[in-house]
Amino acid sequence: MTKNVKDEILHDHNQDGIDRRGFLKCMAWAGTGALCVMQGGVLKSYSLSRLSDLGGSAAAAGELSFVQISDSHMGFNKPANPDVAGTLKAAVDKINALSKAPEFLLHTGDISHLSKPEEFDTVDQILKATGKEVFFVPGEHDVLNDDGAQFRERYGKGAKGAGWYSFEKKGVHFVGLVNVMNLKAGGLGTLGHEQLEWLEDDVKHLKSSTPIVVFAHIPLWAVYPEWGWGTDDSAQALAYLKKFGSVTVLNGHIHQIMQKVEGNVTFHTAASTAFPQPQPGKADSPGPMKVPAEQLRSVLGITDVNYVRGQHALAVVDSSLA
Amino acid sequence: MRRRVWILVLAAPVVAATLLLISGARGFTASAEQAQTSNVEVKIDNFSFGPATLTVAAGTTVTWTNRDDIPHTVVSEDKAFKSKVLDTDEKFSYTFTKPGTYGYFCSIHPKMTGKVVVQ
Repeated sequence: MTKNVKDEILHDHNQDGIDRRGFLKCMAWAGTGALCVMQGGVLKSYSLSRLSDLGGSAAAAGELSFVQISDSHMGFNKPANPDVAGTLKAAVDKINALSKAPEFLLHTGDISHLSKPEEFDTVDQILKATGKEVFFVPGEHDVLNDDGAQFRERYGKGAKGAGWYSFEKKGVHFVGLVNVMNLKAGGLGTLGHEQLEWLEDDVKHLKSSTPIVVFAHIPLWAVYPEWGWGTDDSAQALAYLKKFGSVTVLNGHIHQIMQKVEGNVTFHTAASTAFPQPQPGKADSPGPMKVPAEQLRSVLGITDVNYVRGQHALAVVDSSLA
Repeated sequence: MRRRVWILVLAAPVVAATLLLISGARGFTASAEQAQTSNVEVKIDNFSFGPATLTVAAGTTVTWTNRDDIPHTVVSEDKAFKSKVLDTDEKFSYTFTKPGTYGYFCSIHPKMTGKVVVQ
């Protein structure tokens, strides 16, 4: 691929990999799909329309692939999207149509809109059509009124504390974190001391060559603190992951695709399956963004992640529901 | 001459009724003002409380109304009061009996903060 290929977007993050302000230059691909491959600190993004050019490249032949979905907000029924069940079903159709079936799904929270049992039931029912195991972490909408008791009962059996846990798949270590509990006035997302201690212990004995995937609802990087889009104590969590050569952080919450690379860590936020939210600072508040009905599915989506042994980082492909 | 007197006689009750109406309206306004000091509204719009700072007399009931498309909560920092989640147009009321300063926030979107000063 050369730079004159129209659909290629190339970001060289090497030059500002240690400059914290550098990562605020992030990309949003609302309405398009993109394949991202990171090698040696250089992130390459290709629009999905150019995927055929990649042919037998590493990303197309991964050893482990899984799909991230996020922010289904079942129960939401306002004009931004009066049919969130319909768009979640469209996401399931998209997943079932992938050329390489994913091994499992990650749901990065806000499963429900108001933590109602019937909202969780509906999501469970719709996701059943994928026939895949689903790993969940809660969003703030899933722990309303009961401090997350219902969420843990449904999805967190065997998890620690407020619902954090880890598991291995084909040599990749996955860590699900909870950063939506015990939020403090004026603050951002919070992991808390107990969870941080658990994380330190959980990854301590792993080889530094082990690929790590961390998933949590609120971004673990400062996307836009003015709107609460960040996690107060995420730096501590990332410090425990410094020794690893490949760390991928997958988040939701902001209902749009953003990506940033900082040293060995690739941060990625997924689109919602329910409704879009405005770009940071581009509206009075982060409330639901209303778009014309015919455009709605182009700003919703799923994220397909591919791991290839020996590659520096995981390949992340976002597809809209359009 | 006769005619003019007749008109005056007719007009008298109308004037009296008008005066009654005006005084009645005044009385109504006065009682509404009194009610306002014991029941005050805070609106939630665009992920913020309005007014963000409110000063009221002890005994005042404050009612919050969520006018956003997204649910919010009203939770005091010292746990004095805590609403259930408020969906669009839902309300929460709390009566402040003791003087003091009550900081509060939305526990779902903690960047949203407000303050009630009770005198």
